[in-house]
Amino acid sequence: MQLEQFIASEASGFAHWKEEMTGAHASPVPAPPLSGAPRVPVPLVVLALLLASSPLWLARIGLYQYLALEIAIFMIYAMGYNLLLGVAGLPSFGHGAFFGIGAYAFGLMQLRVWPNLWLDILGAIALTALAAGAVAAFISHRRGIYYALLTIAFGQVFWFIAVKWHSVTGGEDGLLNLKRLAVPLGFATLDLKSNDALFYFTLVVLVVVIFVCWRIVHSPFGRVLSCIKQNESRARFLGYRVWLYKWLVFVISATIAGLAGALFAMAQQSAYPNVMSLHQSGFVVMMVLIGGGLVSFWGPLLGAAFFILARDLLGAYTETWLFWYGLLFMAMVLWKPEGLAGLGRDLLARGGKR
Amino acid sequence: MTALFEARGLHKRFGDRVVLESIDLAFEAGTLTGIMGPNGAGKTTCFNCLTGTYVPDGGTIRFDGHDIAGLPPHAVTRLGIARSFQTISLFDQDSVLDNLVVALPRMRRRSFDGWRDRARDREARDEAMEILDAIGLRARAHVRTKDLAYGERRALEIGLALATRPRILFLDEPTSGLGADGTARLTDLVARLKGRVTLVIIEHDMRFLFGLADVINVVHWGQVIARGTPRDLRDNEWVRRSALGGVAC
Repeated sequence: MQLEQFIASEASGFAHWKEEMTGAHASPVPAPPLSGAPRVPVPLVVLALLLASSPLWLARIGLYQYLALEIAIFMIYAMGYNLLLGVAGLPSFGHGAFFGIGAYAFGLMQLRVWPNLWLDILGAIALTALAAGAVAAFISHRRGIYYALLTIAFGQVFWFIAVKWHSVTGGEDGLLNLKRLAVPLGFATLDLKSNDALFYFTLVVLVVVIFVCWRIVHSPFGRVLSCIKQNESRARFLGYRVWLYKWLVFVISATIAGLAGALFAMAQQSAYPNVMSLHQSGFVVMMVLIGGGLVSFWGPLLGAAFFILARDLLGAYTETWLFWYGLLFMAMVLWKPEGLAGLGRDLLARGGKR
Repeated sequence: MTALFEARGLHKRFGDRVVLESIDLAFEAGTLTGIMGPNGAGKTTCFNCLTGTYVPDGGTIRFDGHDIAGLPPHAVTRLGIARSFQTISLFDQDSVLDNLVVALPRMRRRSFDGWRDRARDREARDEAMEILDAIGLRARAHVRTKDLAYGERRALEIGLALATRPRILFLDEPTSGLGADGTARLTDLVARLKGRVTLVIIEHDMRFLFGLADVINVVHWGQVIARGTPRDLRDNEWVRRSALGGVAC
């Protein structure tokens, strides 16, 4: 009788766990550190120095300052987008909508309310957050393909509104003749009319945004986002109200996109519906993926710079630059899904071995 | 005396298919209750209803005075009910220690903090290390979870549930996929937990359950067809047949 034997042998069978109970806690193995943030994010310092000095060397290598301005704006956009895609694993294919809402809101504030830089940027941020909050309320209970499809649908809705609501948005033309407002600092005002000045202003915003993202990623909140990315269902069973974190990160990410949009409206001195279209929304996804946002915090920055440079440099040779860029994207996804950041990491590792 | 956890007349169907006909279960505080039964008997569905995955179509579930039927999983967990999964469900990219830390209630309370560095919280780390001691994984704390051996993943699966500081812990086939050695270790672990937390275990491995359980419920056709101590159930015809006849149940 196997069962009876087993029950009879219960005492001997369980004898040794008692020993373990008494001796286990004097274990000599020390606790390893929790994964956290290095004190100073070195790449941030390098990037800031590189970009800040760009007016000195950009013209010498045949480029121009406006390009650096646009790169900085798209770095902000990509950084915010990666909170959603790379950190929380939530695929949004309609993020251009929020970039556009930021641009329009900034323009409308300037034209119709009061042309004050702080107020108008604040207005752009608030309006984007409001729109994102409403959208996120609908999508945060979904995941995977349904999440992605809903973001596309909402993106299209906003794009359509921008095209059709002539009296407010100016239709296909958009809002024209927007001003690059001066920065009121109280004791002085900084003029942003030149590309150089606007670039430096954008650079400051970029550094602040990167720092905020850095803190979020390494905070308890960021940790929950990473868990939701890896295993949403288990996170729920650990007591986390998952939809609320998804809602929050969507709003934060979209708000950063709106901020980038406001800066873009200043750079372009206009706001137009094109930036809200589906394929423009796809660009930010490609930036983040090519840069390696899924594996590296810094990937989106590389990806944004790479995209804008490719657009300009390839675009100078051929009108079909996007075709070649697309091929490159496919090659990257197939053979190096970790993106540019992954390539860089490999190179560093190889250099370290020598 | 009322039990810590009590389900009455639990009913669940999917379309036309009735999976749980009418289940009555009661788990006393501090005991270890086993649930056994053949494949498709409704054991896991029953767990899913008890822990908030499914909303039952009928019946009541009471835990410590709360009516919890239909509460979402996060709310159920916060009341002090935890579960493990038959299919191991972890955060594979993170270290073992990080897995446990995120499961702690103290981390959950801080989880809307988007500014401070999470690595500074030494108390959370110490608390997680205590759980690693309990599940025997202290030496593996820094290892990436997906690099763990299968048996270690099984232990961590239980560790995550433990880290939520439950008063009642549901384990869904904890020995699933384990060899003799792994099962022995897991038996040790569960034996150590017994008495510290109320346990409810679905298990195929009869010997495992018969060695540990205070009470065993046999579920079949969506109902509890037998209930008793392991000794009582030895003479139950169904149990005898499936245990001694070597039928995989």
